[in-house]
Amino acid sequence: MPTRTFPGQYQYLAEIGDFVTQIAKEAGFDSDQVYAVQLAVDEACANIIEHGYGGEGRGDILCSCDSTDEGITIVIKDWGQRFAPDEVPEPDYDVPLEKLQSRGAGLFLMSKLMDDVDFEFGDSDGNTLIMTKRK
Amino acid sequence: MEISTTSYNRCDLVKVVGRIDSNTAPDLDKAFNELIDGGKSGIVFDMAEVDFISSRGLWVLLETQKACKKKKGKLALINVAEDMMESLDLAGVKHFIEIYTDVTAAVGSF
Repeated sequence: MPTRTFPGQYQYLAEIGDFVTQIAKEAGFDSDQVYAVQLAVDEACANIIEHGYGGEGRGDILCSCDSTDEGITIVIKDWGQRFAPDEVPEPDYDVPLEKLQSRGAGLFLMSKLMDDVDFEFGDSDGNTLIMTKRK
Repeated sequence: MEISTTSYNRCDLVKVVGRIDSNTAPDLDKAFNELIDGGKSGIVFDMAEVDFISSRGLWVLLETQKACKKKKGKLALINVAEDMMESLDLAGVKHFIEIYTDVTAAVGSF
């Protein structure tokens, strides 16, 4: 399974995107699906840097991708603060523009763009996010 | 990411080449804010050469729309790639920002 470790800094998001895009393309996904995979991974890693580590340069992000005939599984690992995914509210667009809370759509996007999104929070072994997209 | 701005009579056209993510979105935010602080409230954002935009970038678009609307103007988008349409829908952008297929229609809407 191709695995790479990236510094938890926003400037590496493009490299992470290139890494998963290449594997999604090789797996035979169409361009819409490749974009969806890239976006879900970007949202996950940006959240890790901002919320998990509480800022840039405070820890690494390990990214593994496994592609099969059925689809692609991406495993993202970090050693930042854990969180409760179920407690993150979904964005509400049924409001006037001035009342819109624009931020916080990352987790929602991940859940809609991927078929499975599962978090595992370990005590000492860090946090693991497993996302799967089927063809 | 490269940002360029062209002024028209009734609006300004902002064009980005490259990727808009948490690393680059603050630069786009700054470019929009400079226009708005300079008294502009009509902006067309040309996404023809944007190859990726994350929710952080989409958030910049929504906040820019809020600022333009406050001044009785608006932000409009053109040339949005088909593969990013779903995310614009999921992030609420299609709900709050008009998307045009070409620059003439977008500029003419002001």
